[in-house]
Amino acid sequence: MSEYAIELKGINKSFGPVRANHDINLPITQGTIHGIIGENGAGKSTLMSILYGFYQADSGDIFVNGDKMTIPDSQAAIAAGIGMVHQHFMLVENFTVLENIILGAEGGNILNRAIGNARKELLQLEEDYGLTVDPDAIIEELPVGIQQRVEILKALYRGAEILILDEPTGVLTPSEADHLFKILRQLKDQGKTIVLITHKLREIMAITDNVSVMRQGTMVATRKTSETSVADLAELMVGRRVLMQVDKGDANPADVKLAVENLTVKDSRGVSMVDDVSFEVRAGEIVGIAGVAGNGQSELLEAIAGIMPAETGRVLLDGEPINVTGGADPALLREKGMVHVPEDRHHMGLVLPFEEYENSILGYHNQEQYLSGAFLNIDAIRADAKEKIEQYDIRPPNPRLKTANFSGGNQQKIVLAREMEQDPVVLLIGQPTRGVDVGAIEFIHKRIIEMRDAGKAVLLVSVELDEIRSLSDRVLVMFAGKVVGERSPETSEGELGLLMAGVEGQAAE
Amino acid sequence: MDLIIQLLDTTVRLSVPLLLACLAGLYSERSGVFDIGLEGKMLGGAFGAAAIAATTGSAWLGLLSGIAVAVALSLIHGFASITSRGNQIVSGVAINFVAAGLTVLLGQSWFGLGGKTPQLPKTARFSPIELPFAEAMADVPVIGQIYVELISGHNILAYVAFLMVPLTWWVLFRTRFGLRLRAVGENPAAVDTAGISVVWARYRAVIICGILCGIAGTYLSIAQSAGFGRDMTAGKGFIALAALIFAKWKPVNAMFACLLFGFLEALDIRFQGVELPIIGVIPVQLMQALPYILTVILLAGFIGKAIPPKAGGIPYVKER
Repeated sequence: MSEYAIELKGINKSFGPVRANHDINLPITQGTIHGIIGENGAGKSTLMSILYGFYQADSGDIFVNGDKMTIPDSQAAIAAGIGMVHQHFMLVENFTVLENIILGAEGGNILNRAIGNARKELLQLEEDYGLTVDPDAIIEELPVGIQQRVEILKALYRGAEILILDEPTGVLTPSEADHLFKILRQLKDQGKTIVLITHKLREIMAITDNVSVMRQGTMVATRKTSETSVADLAELMVGRRVLMQVDKGDANPADVKLAVENLTVKDSRGVSMVDDVSFEVRAGEIVGIAGVAGNGQSELLEAIAGIMPAETGRVLLDGEPINVTGGADPALLREKGMVHVPEDRHHMGLVLPFEEYENSILGYHNQEQYLSGAFLNIDAIRADAKEKIEQYDIRPPNPRLKTANFSGGNQQKIVLAREMEQDPVVLLIGQPTRGVDVGAIEFIHKRIIEMRDAGKAVLLVSVELDEIRSLSDRVLVMFAGKVVGERSPETSEGELGLLMAGVEGQAAE
Repeated sequence: MDLIIQLLDTTVRLSVPLLLACLAGLYSERSGVFDIGLEGKMLGGAFGAAAIAATTGSAWLGLLSGIAVAVALSLIHGFASITSRGNQIVSGVAINFVAAGLTVLLGQSWFGLGGKTPQLPKTARFSPIELPFAEAMADVPVIGQIYVELISGHNILAYVAFLMVPLTWWVLFRTRFGLRLRAVGENPAAVDTAGISVVWARYRAVIICGILCGIAGTYLSIAQSAGFGRDMTAGKGFIALAALIFAKWKPVNAMFACLLFGFLEALDIRFQGVELPIIGVIPVQLMQALPYILTVILLAGFIGKAIPPKAGGIPYVKER
């Protein structure tokens, strides 16, 4: 038997212009738990999807137990002894546990015998690994932790020797997660190889033997877990990006314009995404929210903007409470002077098939200057769009062009122009430079500073630590839904990185 | 007593095409492909069966041809909604229109009878079958009467329809094929990651749907009637669809739903123009609308929520 259960060599995968995986090499030793860590969008899931036959690599080789393999589909991966527990469970919700386990591996045309056999085998697996599940329970009636167990059993039932788990703890409570780790250790003791994909450093340190770090589609390092540290990994994960210097004077914070008090937001599964968060933003200052993607920043922003209802807590806009728990009306909030540049401009900020001028007033189309009677005043809107195009240097300067045909940076400028020109009281801005070219980044950063100097209260959410540090006057760090600390933007990247990784306590010890 | 038995006998006859079409829809929709083209497929099948039965004089060849036409229409729907990931409702509507137009057009150009097919002789049709002991049982009161009038004396397609009910149940819930078919209608991604082809599973379901629609159409044109007439399905495909929702996509429920709708139709025929005490003459339109009204009322809260297969109507796109 080969030393490596899996060895990936020179794997490349692009989606259009995006290089999701760039020349990846990854050796995974037999009988170990191997962690793959990286921020959201670093390419971890893509890599594992290639291994499981969901995607085909553009180039590169896959070796399983030393043999070179092509994995054209999931069937081939299963045959090679690879099992996968997906982040979003691949279960049929109104089927029983047993039906889900045998699906695709029924072993005969008639179910009765297959179900009988599966029941026996399931009992054996339960005994071997301590994975107890009621085989006749309906999936949708089971808690997520148990559903995940079914996914693991599904893989084991198919004879998986290599088990890939994609962000397995994302939906689990801490005690469920601990139980999962116990199971994984047992599986390892029985000789299985486990690949654990996560963006949580705590998990890597707690359970893995080896760890590989991915960043922006490349594999930056593979280490023995015992020979590395959280600080090390955090730095590798976030990386040292080119620091962009933005000229800005000192802030002159005035009155509180936005106050968030004990805000809690839960997702549809009831997991707290934002957990009892409080802070203030004053006129004339930029408050930056730093954090590894997926720690509640998006939900925080959406709750304040009235898009996602909060569970509990209050938000005051210019001293006036807004109904964040009962579903505030985003249109009304805009009228009251809180504008929002959403994190995902394609999903929320723009209607891509619209022409530029239409997007340039979207959401403000009921304002008097854009109307003539009951109709839109197209001439006025186009003239207005032309003006914004000039001011924000949007290229090409054509209000009749389909929005989808602008580059990412120019699309972002369309959104910024629309929102900033409203002369807001509070500016909420998420990922202002995601997918934006370098030239546009500088321009956008300048504009944000100008907004601050014009006396607006700016709340900035970004996963780019450099951006947070160069723009913000105060930095709040979010981890696991909580604000775990407030720092000045001059704080070192290492210290902020530790906070972002949720290891403040350990660092202090 | 005679009246009741007669009424029930008519009920059975009228429910057969509904039941076949309803089970056809059940296979398709359980696999995640919505099908409002049942009507068109039945109509195409009816025409195909009558045309071939008229030219060859064989009911069995007629049946084969009816099935072939309906399966061909099914495959078009399958290609549009599974392979090309198109809108399943639009494709179904298109099939209804195409079938309504083409059957009349082809009928006129082949037979020149204004869209009808020639009157079929008895030999080219499916005739009633006398079940064994019918003679002997005839004199037994009640039970004998029920056996002779209600159970015996239908054509073979009617028996096929009712046998399809337990068979469908068994296939869906007791075979590997059925497990995968149901899974693909609920969560195709789970099927895909288990290494099974979603496309192939759905195509198979759609083909079965075509076969059953073909039998339903054949029943209409060369068993119940002696030839094809324009628009002879007269909305039965839609009533079958209503029955399917009513039955919550379950085979045994489907049978009862179709019997109920068949019974309403039988009532309508029996009491058409008859002056009833107190009520007076019931308008035909009301009786014809009853199945739909009933579906709406019952769905509105009397039978609880009818939850369709979760992935129904959504083309499967592999993504992460």
